[in-house]
Amino acid sequence: MTQMTIRRGPEFSRVLGLGAARGENLVTNDDIAGPIDSSDEWIRQRTGIVTRVRAGADVSVLDLAEQASRNAIAQAGIEPGEIDAVILSTISFPHMTPGGAPTLADRLGASPAAAWDISAACAGYCYGIGQADALVRSGQSRNVLVIGAEKMSDFVDPTDRSISFLLGDGAGAVVIGASDHAAIGPTIWGSDGSRAELIRQTNSWLELREDPTLPFPTLRQEGQSVFKWASFQLAPIALAAIEAAGLTPADISAFIPHQANMRIIDQMIKQIGLPDDIAVARDIADSGNTSAASIPLATERLYRDNAVKSGDLALQIGFGAGLVYAAQVVELP
Amino acid sequence: MALPQNEVLAHLAEIVSEETGIDQADIQLDKSFTDDLDIDSLSMMTIVTLAEEKFDVRIPDEEVKNLVTVGDAVTFIANQG
Repeated sequence: MTQMTIRRGPEFSRVLGLGAARGENLVTNDDIAGPIDSSDEWIRQRTGIVTRVRAGADVSVLDLAEQASRNAIAQAGIEPGEIDAVILSTISFPHMTPGGAPTLADRLGASPAAAWDISAACAGYCYGIGQADALVRSGQSRNVLVIGAEKMSDFVDPTDRSISFLLGDGAGAVVIGASDHAAIGPTIWGSDGSRAELIRQTNSWLELREDPTLPFPTLRQEGQSVFKWASFQLAPIALAAIEAAGLTPADISAFIPHQANMRIIDQMIKQIGLPDDIAVARDIADSGNTSAASIPLATERLYRDNAVKSGDLALQIGFGAGLVYAAQVVELP
Repeated sequence: MALPQNEVLAHLAEIVSEETGIDQADIQLDKSFTDDLDIDSLSMMTIVTLAEEKFDVRIPDEEVKNLVTVGDAVTFIANQG
């Protein structure tokens, strides 16, 4: 019997390049405090957010994704045609179908790359990294473009006090390709669908069709429960990602969690037991919560602040609606 | 078996003080977490989580809104223990 001959992948993968794009409008707390009967002081104290970045009406989530992708591809030093898979993580692309990834691939000149969207909310970027790492190491793909892109401002309710006031727009992208050494650790990920209601869309599209008087669907969250879950129950996931990479917390140079709330970030550092001298991503103060885009945006910010350098080991962890979570250690490009 | 209330109060006061910086002597049964001690909802969730660990009890998220005073929390924890 004739047997198949299949390509085998490299032993390791790594991040070849990183790119970012932010909404161009800085929205202050004072700008949004009125409809939620809040104040700059209250929002800063509860969330650490000073401003959030939001895109103009003429900028789409794919526009943000394209800009970030072009930057990532340029830094990776490859041509768009060398990308053979495009994974777009988003929960704010305004079409159920087709997904945004094929159009994005075409706009980038990466067609006929395999292209698909994933919906894993604020964990979506780390889910994408896990997929890309596996695709490269299996030999299925040579260069994978992973993008976290959101235009959350299309899905906010200005009168919502639970989550809308946190949200911003942006995109971050990376190219993942072969490596001669271990540079992306195993992804530790999971979900808890029994708590799906903690972060949710207000009503479904079908409900809106049944009752057109319902408001356009936006997001809500049970903030206290989400805070407790993220702050205290995800440290074992982060520690497992460190251990799976053969490291200890002392080996980590940068902590880049999803930018949900500054107080979650502070509590996670305590719970994980990270060293005091570590670089910590705190881009939420200026960019707000940009969902799937927040980790790559925060990474780009650490470079701009000269807080990290190429070769540093970063622990990244995403978590959000689902509930879903994913963590891995990556060597920064 | 219920835990002694004075023990629960003493340990809870330690936790609240650690989280907020409030003097333990000011953390008394009749004090409201929000109105008297000025503890916000996220600090309250931190206190609840640390109390769960300390007393080996479970305080459901939906129960937290009913813990208006320190005494409410002490009673709930004591009855769970």
